[in-house]
Amino acid sequence: MKHLLSTQDLSLADALRILDTAEEMSAVSGREVKKLPALRGRTVVNLFLEDSTRTRISFEAAAKRLSADVINFTGKGTSVSKGESLKDTVQTLEAIGADAIVMRHWGSGAAAQLAGSGWITSSVVNAGDGTHEHPTQALLDALTLRRHLARRHGTGPRGTDLAGMKVVIVGDILHSRVARSNLWLLTTLGAEVTLAAPPTLVPVGVEQWPCHVTYSLDEAIAAGPDAVMMLRVQSERMHEAFFPSAAEYTRSWGLTDDRLALLESAGAADAVIMHPGPMNRGLEISAAAADSVRNTALEQVANGVSVRMAVLYLVLSGTDTAGTPDLVPSAARRPEA
Amino acid sequence: MSPTAPRYLITGGTLPDGTTSDVLIEDGLLAAVGPEARSRAEAGDGPLETVDAAGRIVLPGLVDLHTHLREPGREDAETVETGTRAAAMGGFTSVHAMANSTPVADSAGVVEQVWQLGREAGWCDVHPVGAVTVGLAGERLAELGAMAASRAEVRVFSDDGMCVSDPVLMRRALEYVKAFDGVVAQHAQEPRLTEGAQMNEGELSSVLGLSGWPAVAEEAIIARDVLLAQHVGSRLHVCHVSTAGSVEIIRWAKERGIEVTAEATPHHLLLTEELVRTYDPVFKVNPPLRREADVMALREGLADGTIDTVGTDHAPHTAETKECEWTVAAMGMTGLETALPVVQHALVDTGLMDWAGVSRILSSTPARIARLTDQGRISASGVFETGAPANVTVYDPHVTRTVDPATHATRSRNSPYRGMELPGQVTDVFNHGHPVVRDRALATPRTH
Repeated sequence: MKHLLSTQDLSLADALRILDTAEEMSAVSGREVKKLPALRGRTVVNLFLEDSTRTRISFEAAAKRLSADVINFTGKGTSVSKGESLKDTVQTLEAIGADAIVMRHWGSGAAAQLAGSGWITSSVVNAGDGTHEHPTQALLDALTLRRHLARRHGTGPRGTDLAGMKVVIVGDILHSRVARSNLWLLTTLGAEVTLAAPPTLVPVGVEQWPCHVTYSLDEAIAAGPDAVMMLRVQSERMHEAFFPSAAEYTRSWGLTDDRLALLESAGAADAVIMHPGPMNRGLEISAAAADSVRNTALEQVANGVSVRMAVLYLVLSGTDTAGTPDLVPSAARRPEA
Repeated sequence: MSPTAPRYLITGGTLPDGTTSDVLIEDGLLAAVGPEARSRAEAGDGPLETVDAAGRIVLPGLVDLHTHLREPGREDAETVETGTRAAAMGGFTSVHAMANSTPVADSAGVVEQVWQLGREAGWCDVHPVGAVTVGLAGERLAELGAMAASRAEVRVFSDDGMCVSDPVLMRRALEYVKAFDGVVAQHAQEPRLTEGAQMNEGELSSVLGLSGWPAVAEEAIIARDVLLAQHVGSRLHVCHVSTAGSVEIIRWAKERGIEVTAEATPHHLLLTEELVRTYDPVFKVNPPLRREADVMALREGLADGTIDTVGTDHAPHTAETKECEWTVAAMGMTGLETALPVVQHALVDTGLMDWAGVSRILSSTPARIARLTDQGRISASGVFETGAPANVTVYDPHVTRTVDPATHATRSRNSPYRGMELPGQVTDVFNHGHPVVRDRALATPRTH
């Protein structure tokens, strides 16, 4: 795997390979010495052209646990307003010695463009591009759901998929790269996805997507899902007439105390609440729902580091063979230098 | 022309009506067509050059209603000189330079400057398009009458790049240009429905996370404008029609006798939104590439006369405005040098149209829309009018070439056909009797 650009073009085999590798990585995170020498001498650049402290530090922690050198490059605004083109920026970073570029970008398609441009030879990892995709977020969500399912079945998660799992994604689907990446990945893994949103925030052409769509969150919850994933809603959206007011949004599509109670009664006994963070308490999620034991937010954060370790390892290890690499045992056997 | 100016006998070419015939150019005019051409050539005085057109098509010089020459203001992307070189290489003997230059062509001074630059370049007739509103701002009418009365004799007015979205302003413009038999060429794009639009709106834009440019934003303006044109009894021209729904509305309007004409671009006749999957900004254009069904509807519209003409919307851009992220890249594609090959590929080789039809959509009809009397002088069945100015393009439809933008005469390299195989090549072009292209290469400009 040379790049990770999207989950839409990720095969089931590759998805399982990343998730299984992440399980290995997560074992490391549970140890006292949370470090592997796997990427020693390699350089990972976090090129963040849009604000995102959470994702950047997650990638940073992941790279450091693999002993890679990490360079953080943050900037805001467009390349045009900065006066330097993306091409010049990434070529400079590669000249400094980057082996992989983890890029967060405000523009949809920027990661794919970078990987396909011929400007650089580094691996490219998409850390979120515009309203297109955020593949590592979907992978960490899938890892979280897969572990959840394994616990329910009393088995280990390795090699398993999400067959039969019912997941509801709620909110601003239209502007959400998290929703897109999750839809493609979760359905690849066999889950049934329902999108619940006001009609204004459902993308055009969604009827061609592999999911159910409902305008009623109550109906979606009454159908007994295994997981409800709440998306962050920007209250500015009401100024663009996507919905009349924050209060109306919360009444209709927020995970309120009443809907939390409905989930307790109608959902799977172990149904979980997910959120990519940061949460807007009181808007898309009530305080009780946010603080509920069902909320996996912190588990998602921890899994994010494991998934990003797996992705960085796989894109930089240069192995194109299928199957899970025998990473941790062999790496752990190596003497620490 | 001086009496010693060479005469040209184009021999053995196939004319648009399907006959094989000689054509004689003398004193800048089409002196004779048919058997008479050779006898008259041999009888006449002065040097005679022969152009062997065996196996080639002899077309009336092409007329483009929609060209961006970028001068004044963006001479780094194109100049009148380089743009008209590209036009000549593409077989065009007349182009209409869009008004969105810097400064905007919204006054007699600017249109005369562009017109003068065109005359000095000498590769192709240049007819400036005048802006409808001052600075393309859509707020108040530009001095349309002054532009019409200027040496540039502007007859086509457009805010192209911007839509005249204010219905009152559009109504007034349509009415006002009746005074000098002008036409308003509308860039049909409802601005509020297309804020930040990056590509055709549909399932693919949703997958790619790019803001959509819905078909309704074009169709709603066209529907409004044909009704306005009917109401005030004016002529309307619709630029770069891109959707099947627009074709339907224009067909409806024509059936009701509304004086509307419409153009489609070469790229909308061949390319679809699927190319956007690459996020390569060379495919970013306004209006955006649409669906396969739209491409087919446009081809059929041209074949049945609903769409009147192919306008290139040649839009040169510098490398740096295309070698960047899709969302900030400039919109537009070059097109002058590939227009005729694309038309052959999409319309002739598919059996939708013969060469008389090509003469109609690329020469006589656009000339009529722009009220040019020195271009497109050919009958509907493809018979040249003798005595008319000798604007002639000789075209070899039998070669196949791989498009290499680096070899193009335009200053910019943003051709969406890069690497594609297209049929045909312009071999010779006569502009008012002067050979500006000979044997597949630029010759000399015409001097005034």
